[in-house]
Amino acid sequence: MEVFLQQLINGITLGSIYGLIAIGYTMVFGIIGMVNFAHGDVFMVSAFVAMIAFLFVTTWLGIASITVALLIVLIVAMLFTSGVNWVIERLAYRPLRGSFRLAPLISAIGMSIFLSNFVQVTQGPRNKAIPPMVRGEFILLDSNNYAVALSYKQLIIWGITAVLLAAFWYLVAKTRLGRAQRACEQDQKMAALVGVNVDRTISMTFVIAAALAAVAGTMYLMYYGVVSFSDGFVPGVKAFTAAVLGGIGSLPGAVVGGLLIGLIETFWSAYFTIDYKDVAAFSVLAITLIFLPQGLFGRPDVEKV
Amino acid sequence: MEKSAQSTGVDFVHAVKEACLAAAITFGVLLPLIGFETVSNIDNKLVLHTRWGLLFTIVAIVGVGRLLMALVIAPRLAQRRIRPVAATAPSWLLLIGRWFAPFAIGFAIVYPVLAMGLTGFSGALKWVDNFGIQILIYVMLGWGLNIVVGLAGLLDLGYVAFYAVGAYSYALLAKNFGFSFWILLPLAGILSSFWGILLGFPVLRLRGDYLAIVTLAFGEIIRMVLINYVDLTNGYAGIGGIPRPSFFGLPFTADDDGFAAVFGLPFTPVYRTLFLYYLILALAFLTAFVTVRLRRLPVGRAWEALREDEIACRSLGINTTNTKLTAFAIGAMFGGFAGSFFAARQGFISPESFTFLESATVLSIVVLGGMGSQVGVAIAAILFIGGTEIMRDLDFLKQIFGPSFDPTQYRMLLFGFGMVIIMVFRPRGLISTREPSIFLKERKAISSDLVKEGHG
Repeated sequence: MEVFLQQLINGITLGSIYGLIAIGYTMVFGIIGMVNFAHGDVFMVSAFVAMIAFLFVTTWLGIASITVALLIVLIVAMLFTSGVNWVIERLAYRPLRGSFRLAPLISAIGMSIFLSNFVQVTQGPRNKAIPPMVRGEFILLDSNNYAVALSYKQLIIWGITAVLLAAFWYLVAKTRLGRAQRACEQDQKMAALVGVNVDRTISMTFVIAAALAAVAGTMYLMYYGVVSFSDGFVPGVKAFTAAVLGGIGSLPGAVVGGLLIGLIETFWSAYFTIDYKDVAAFSVLAITLIFLPQGLFGRPDVEKV
Repeated sequence: MEKSAQSTGVDFVHAVKEACLAAAITFGVLLPLIGFETVSNIDNKLVLHTRWGLLFTIVAIVGVGRLLMALVIAPRLAQRRIRPVAATAPSWLLLIGRWFAPFAIGFAIVYPVLAMGLTGFSGALKWVDNFGIQILIYVMLGWGLNIVVGLAGLLDLGYVAFYAVGAYSYALLAKNFGFSFWILLPLAGILSSFWGILLGFPVLRLRGDYLAIVTLAFGEIIRMVLINYVDLTNGYAGIGGIPRPSFFGLPFTADDDGFAAVFGLPFTPVYRTLFLYYLILALAFLTAFVTVRLRRLPVGRAWEALREDEIACRSLGINTTNTKLTAFAIGAMFGGFAGSFFAARQGFISPESFTFLESATVLSIVVLGGMGSQVGVAIAAILFIGGTEIMRDLDFLKQIFGPSFDPTQYRMLLFGFGMVIIMVFRPRGLISTREPSIFLKERKAISSDLVKEGHG
């Protein structure tokens, strides 16, 4: 029971991170029908930006308050990563709009290779470890020498995820931009006819996707305290799995899928074997696609002639 | 942009504005990752160093580049665009296309001789091994995947799985049971195509991107099993001491019954390299030949029809599942051949050789070459693999950028960049015309811009 509770806490934490990345996949797929392969690497870039911002804030500016530092790091990471993704969309994907369907995917794969190697070249191939940002934990339950702990950083991750999801939901459901996005998702030509600036809306989609990935990246850095240039691929594929599991194109689906993948992964590692934890995630991906291709919340794919 | 396209005169103020904007954006985007460097100090703690010089150099290059683009290149492009674009490829290109293949085949056959003539007997080893064999492996993989992606239109991101199955089949069977290369080569192909059918069966109902992702997942699952099933595969450490192929029973060793001794030649390792070169060349030609012949058969025509329109295929009574499975199995078989050759050539394999990056490389060779075009695939393989291999020994760059400059670490960076650039400028690949396998009255090349892609 204690183990279960502890794994539940860990799984939700991991799942929040996956969920935030998954939203980026699902939004981009929803609006331009493309699997944004480089999204995992955008997430990795954001973790590096967060690390550099953290070092800058703590050692150069000498800000001691961890709340202020974390807030600054989060905002800086969101800003820069959004910029990076905006430029990527502009250079690598926009010229290919309306081209044949493999072109953006190949371009995205190329971008993914480029980004991870760019970070490797500019920041070095070694793992980068930073001192822990947040220490301390609540002991929820203590019996038979096994304490169920909820650490402050897990609480912070839950809190930030919840706040951001609320803000994001407001953005999509209530604002002009969100309406434009939903319109483009349904029918780009029609949206353009009624005055929606399609190019700008797609750009903004990439910006928002990157901002959410940056939040995930910052929290990943805070949670694990270490990041390397190759950290984009596996979380990226897992987040994509989450998006597919939730039903690609569906925003609540991405969050639920992320939580499920996080839980599956932690429980698998706890109760079976940690060696095959990535196999578990990939198998979930394959099984979902084979038996439930529209996912939990997705619309079934209608075949049109 | 539109302004400069309409008026042929150059708008200088506008160009400067654009250049400043580009420079500012570059500065903003690169500030964290290039402006700062994280270095571990003596206490093994990360500290920040700044690299303003590098950052501002790059920003300046981008700014000036954008200015030149707006002032010089854009007006020229705008003028060129006024001419109508022909739907078919220009005739000189077709002429080159017709004579390119025989010329390339001839060149591939005399290449080792040429290399030896130019660089000497042992100097040629590097050229034949690093360039010849390495490129040919990718040409073969590209042609194998071309059957799946280019002909049948099924997007496969896990092709490396079959390559791995072939390599591990050869390595394990040769080491544990002592079978010879010539028995195991077909066996590895059969095992790979068996895996192709096994994996293909459940996933072929899926279409397009979904299929791509599931194949990616399978590729990764196979790699992780190779890593974690240590009893069989020896995990990360890999399998070493794999038996090398022999020349019809004669091993390439310095022994008395070795190849050199039997033919009365002095022993050098060059013979083995030459033998491997011609072996992979023959395997690659086999792949190309089989593909060309299959395209004439009903199954090949069904593949191409499937690529263009799946629904039309089904309404015409083509069994799409079987058609897709044959494409998957045959593509996998060639991957298996290439894999067992790879294991035999290296003598050592580990899961590191079968990462997603390999799948992506092969897929991009196929797509960048122009899907379905054999010549295009070969050109793309030479360009990418040869290009990245050449990056290994560009020592003169060290004299320009200083001794700490290591060109090898920029290989994959440029590789990824190249993929994006080629896609942006030639989204249909380098050879983007298609010659139909069957035609009415006369053979016409079709620009692939006119071809609709099915859902696959």
